[in-house]
Amino acid sequence: MEMQTRENVVLHVADVQKNFGGLRALSDVDLQVEEGKTHAIIGPNGAGKSTLLNVIIGRIPPSSGAVIFDGTILTGKAPHEINQLGISRVFQTPEIFADLSVLQNVMTPAFARRDGAFKINMLRSVESEKGIREEAEHMLEDVGLIHLREAHAGALSRGDKRRLELGMCLIQKPRLLLLDEPTAGMSRHDTNTTIELLKKIKSRGMTKVIIEHDMHVVFSLADKISVLAQGRIIASGLPQEIKEDPRVQEAYLGGAEV
Amino acid sequence: MTSSMSRNDIILFAGFAAVVLLLPILATPFGAAYPDLLQRFMIFGIFAIGFNILFGLTGYLSFGHAAFFGVGSYAAMWSFKLLSLNAVPALLFALIVSGIFALAIGYVSLRRSGIYFSILTLAFAQMCYNLAYSVLTPITNGETGLRMAMSDPRYLDRMFFDAAPGMPVPSLFGMSLGGWNGFYFSAFFLLATFFLAMRISNSPFGLMLKGIKSNQNRMNYTGFNTRPYTLSAFVISGMLAGLAGALLVVTDPLAGAERMRWTASGEVVLMTILGGVGTLVGPVLGAWIIKYFENIFSSFNANVLNSFYSFLPDGVREVAVTISSKFVGEGWHLSLGLVFVLIVVFLPGGIMEGARRIAAWFGRMGNGSKRASEARAQPAE
Repeated sequence: MEMQTRENVVLHVADVQKNFGGLRALSDVDLQVEEGKTHAIIGPNGAGKSTLLNVIIGRIPPSSGAVIFDGTILTGKAPHEINQLGISRVFQTPEIFADLSVLQNVMTPAFARRDGAFKINMLRSVESEKGIREEAEHMLEDVGLIHLREAHAGALSRGDKRRLELGMCLIQKPRLLLLDEPTAGMSRHDTNTTIELLKKIKSRGMTKVIIEHDMHVVFSLADKISVLAQGRIIASGLPQEIKEDPRVQEAYLGGAEV
Repeated sequence: MTSSMSRNDIILFAGFAAVVLLLPILATPFGAAYPDLLQRFMIFGIFAIGFNILFGLTGYLSFGHAAFFGVGSYAAMWSFKLLSLNAVPALLFALIVSGIFALAIGYVSLRRSGIYFSILTLAFAQMCYNLAYSVLTPITNGETGLRMAMSDPRYLDRMFFDAAPGMPVPSLFGMSLGGWNGFYFSAFFLLATFFLAMRISNSPFGLMLKGIKSNQNRMNYTGFNTRPYTLSAFVISGMLAGLAGALLVVTDPLAGAERMRWTASGEVVLMTILGGVGTLVGPVLGAWIIKYFENIFSSFNANVLNSFYSFLPDGVREVAVTISSKFVGEGWHLSLGLVFVLIVVFLPGGIMEGARRIAAWFGRMGNGSKRASEARAQPAE
């Protein structure tokens, strides 16, 4: 089957199906994400949103179809190879280095970007890597954690852990950032801070795919929204179109005020 | 190199070097100041530091490191037999052979993590032990162990000079490595190993290893190929175990299979945990303490105990001696086990954590009121 990728599309999820035993988690999902845009994926619980993200990132292989990033087929690649192509991911439960300091947490991904997937660098000390450290400190200022830079990352609050993970992804200056419910479990105040931060990086031209329950977050950030229900994309369009789409209201929003 | 060492590192290394080199004096009050025991302090210090590079930094718990120790011993012995009585080629040969073994065993074992990794390394080590004990008898001389003989060819030595009369002993360019020379020779390698461990721990490479220990998943999604990192740590650590095994042959020219048994693999795990996993000094301390008490306790017998309890009345003394005798001599592992249980339950970070707690306690005693007011001034998030 011929895959058509439109111009400006950096990520193309092409006719992906995923079956878990007899259960069809994703069927005929075709998603095109344009460069520099924020594309939100919404849908009720169990719609297959996380599965879709896991397929994109190479955590689980699709049963059929392919994921194409900037002309490269991601299917079958290892997670580190996918990251080295310029894709970073924020997880639903923050994946950080709990035993390391906050500063080291942010420095580590910066090393991955500079030195690649594997390099034995024993001649210098981490302390003498001034460039990387300054970059990491700037990033901690951006995410508002600079005052905690020497703290043990495992001791941070849940909201701070999320911000730390976001900083770890942003320091890699990825071309594509995948966010799995980046504000889940955050207070209203922290949610708004995170929205502001994500808006700021939006102006830097990074492409983002965001899965989110919170409609306030979705409609504050998204340039485009796709609605996933029972493993299918039932609607895709501008936020205003999605809001008014009767199928979406029926399947997901349930007529609730958004 | 030194430009990227911080002041604290230089102080730590200088302090460590001073303690090691002054050990013949410092150990006198403990009755441990004789070359044979202090050499073992050095050798098992190297073994434990090397083990800690794998276990302490990456979190992969190998239960088979005695295999590399034993392989290093045999390799060094064969170098003494075939090449030269000089210790330098013997150590080089041991490093290479144990490195090859570590590469092969690590390549397979590191496909799994956690308990499965530990079981795989244990299985490989037991295979090595059995090979050495029976299957490869022509190479290892089986149960009896491998020693040097007058009739060994020593091709490298024969090219330059005739065989000296008398029993062959390892040397360093003609200098004997017996007694205190052997101690300082081993001490040099302990310091070199400590320096290497310090460099690794402070380097970006070390940070990656710590990242793998903390969250391997995140490392993969951060763009690191973690397998070559863990394999490098495994090989470095295996080679250091081989170096330690070779040094033991330099000072005590007999290579036997019992050094590869699982109890020897377990011992280095105990040393590292007792001293403090992931710390620089901890594994060395653990090794010294275990080797010291092994030496003290295993030499206790009923006579020593009787004189120790001589202040007690006869009947009570007999009971005390009977109970205590189970914990010393051959049974000293029972005492070791008890100490180990106490450490793991009350001080999971080992002796180093104990030292830190005491230092923190003194710190609070010193400026307790100041710290408390600072803590109040900084509101919790």
